[in-house]
Amino acid sequence: MNLSKDVVAKVAKLSRLRLTPAEEESYAAELGNILSYVEQLQAIDVTGVEPLAHPLPLQNTFRADEQQPSLTADQALGNAPKRAGDFYSVPAILD
Amino acid sequence: MLITKTASELRRLIASGEVSAVEVATAFLDHAERFDEKVSAFLRLDRKKVLGQAQAVDGKRSRGEALGMLAGVPVGIKDILCESGETTTCASKILEHYKPPYDAHVIARLKSEDAILFGRLNMDEFAMGSSTENSAYKRTRNPWNLACVPGGSSGGSAAAVAARMVPLALGTDTGGSIRQPAGCTGIVGLKPTYGRVSRYGLIAFASSLDQIGPMTHEVDDAALLLQAISGHDRRDSTSAPLDVPNFIDAAKKADGKLRIGVPKEYFGEGLRPNVEAPVREAIKVFEKAGATVKEVSLPYSSVSLAVYYLVATAEASSNLARYDGTHYGFSAKDGANLEDLVSRSRGEGFGAEVKRRILLGAFALSAGYRDAYYVRALQVRRLIKNDYDRVFQEVDVLLGPTAPTAAFCIGEKCEDPMAMYLTDVYTVGANLAGLPGVSIPCGFTSNEMPVGLQIQAAAFREELVLQAAAFYQRETDWHRRLPRLVEETGVRA
Repeated sequence: MNLSKDVVAKVAKLSRLRLTPAEEESYAAELGNILSYVEQLQAIDVTGVEPLAHPLPLQNTFRADEQQPSLTADQALGNAPKRAGDFYSVPAILD
Repeated sequence: MLITKTASELRRLIASGEVSAVEVATAFLDHAERFDEKVSAFLRLDRKKVLGQAQAVDGKRSRGEALGMLAGVPVGIKDILCESGETTTCASKILEHYKPPYDAHVIARLKSEDAILFGRLNMDEFAMGSSTENSAYKRTRNPWNLACVPGGSSGGSAAAVAARMVPLALGTDTGGSIRQPAGCTGIVGLKPTYGRVSRYGLIAFASSLDQIGPMTHEVDDAALLLQAISGHDRRDSTSAPLDVPNFIDAAKKADGKLRIGVPKEYFGEGLRPNVEAPVREAIKVFEKAGATVKEVSLPYSSVSLAVYYLVATAEASSNLARYDGTHYGFSAKDGANLEDLVSRSRGEGFGAEVKRRILLGAFALSAGYRDAYYVRALQVRRLIKNDYDRVFQEVDVLLGPTAPTAAFCIGEKCEDPMAMYLTDVYTVGANLAGLPGVSIPCGFTSNEMPVGLQIQAAAFREELVLQAAAFYQRETDWHRRLPRLVEETGVRA
């Protein structure tokens, strides 16, 4: 399977990854290779097989809705590249 | 020599007062500071911090306080496990200055057992890779041959243990990242059952596959470290609410009389003869002890790698969405608006393999492709698990090679992602099905590189894995061999 540069650009946009044109080109070839390899799954009969997203038979776990000890605002914001008071600071969302 | 003693022996010597924790820490520091110039296993090793912890253990002993089960024993930490206030990079530029505000569950467990947190070990960025060459910081070398990789992604942990720079290390395993580097470096690497060890504070790669586990020389030591980190933790909703068996006793049992299955699919195309021969010999050791050995079939194991690379990348593309350049981690300069800032931070902050996997995962989950790729992979994942469920009704453990080849040369597979992925062909199955597996050393190739024997068992049957592995180590001495380069520094077993 070949992956076009357009598809790579679209997936990069969905993933919020800024790629250089050279990266778009090399990823198109490499991802195409990997997709050719996984193509073998298409030949398997999976009729009626329930997808397995998780190895354990999981159930929701609940706890009482009570306040628990948690990070302070300073701890939570301690690694923020930019903060303004008790908030994360980011560039304008709208132009 | 202190640095070739087992962890349980070190713990006994320290507890009895025959040696101090500071003496033990100093012996490992002196060796590691010199030898790591050759191997580059450590990203960070802080002598003062190590000695401070050792002094605290000696203080506890002198005051007559009870000592934890790992008192004074150095444990190397893969740089993917959060430690409060300590830089934790995941070998990524995007987390270069990240200092977590909390301890991972396993770090808290080690602290409460009085272990010495002994430095931060190199890895493939975000644990994505099989050679540790994807680290944003350095290339770790294999102590058996410096021209070779140590495997990956827990390559720093493997190299540090193999070179006797630490007696124990923690690694993580998403598709073989504990077992494959253990095989490449001639040590023991155990991936527990999914859910056995809490993932709280483990920086996520693929959440339905990731597990933390021990890397050691002796199976007994793997049991000891596994005992210390296992058990339910309510902060990880996938942590299994089950009692933890006595792993230390299971390893002591060391009985080879088991029902053994040998999957024929593990001995097909791609397996190098110089790996197959020692593995076949290892199986005979069990036969001699009265094990029943029979060939079994895992028909869908041939497609497990294809399933793995869709499931793992899909989960990674979702997990790694959190790195947005605004909450923590690397932030690009001059973002014109929020989306621009996020895209640039991620484009500049992630390395090539991480971006490759995010793209593949996002593609497999995207509209129009999701059913054909992601959902189909999950369906085949169930067929893979069904294979295991069937064979484990007939056998106790599965034996086979850990990887199709011994450690390869640095740079050999860098340009070909698919060739790199194929090194995990025998290990990804246990992750997809959530099973425990161990790699133990079982010989050498003609180039004197270690070969790993993989032992797998049914979910939550780590005791069987440990029992079989401990039996093999009682019958053989591969695990006591020292790399020539280590011997040349005067280290003796």
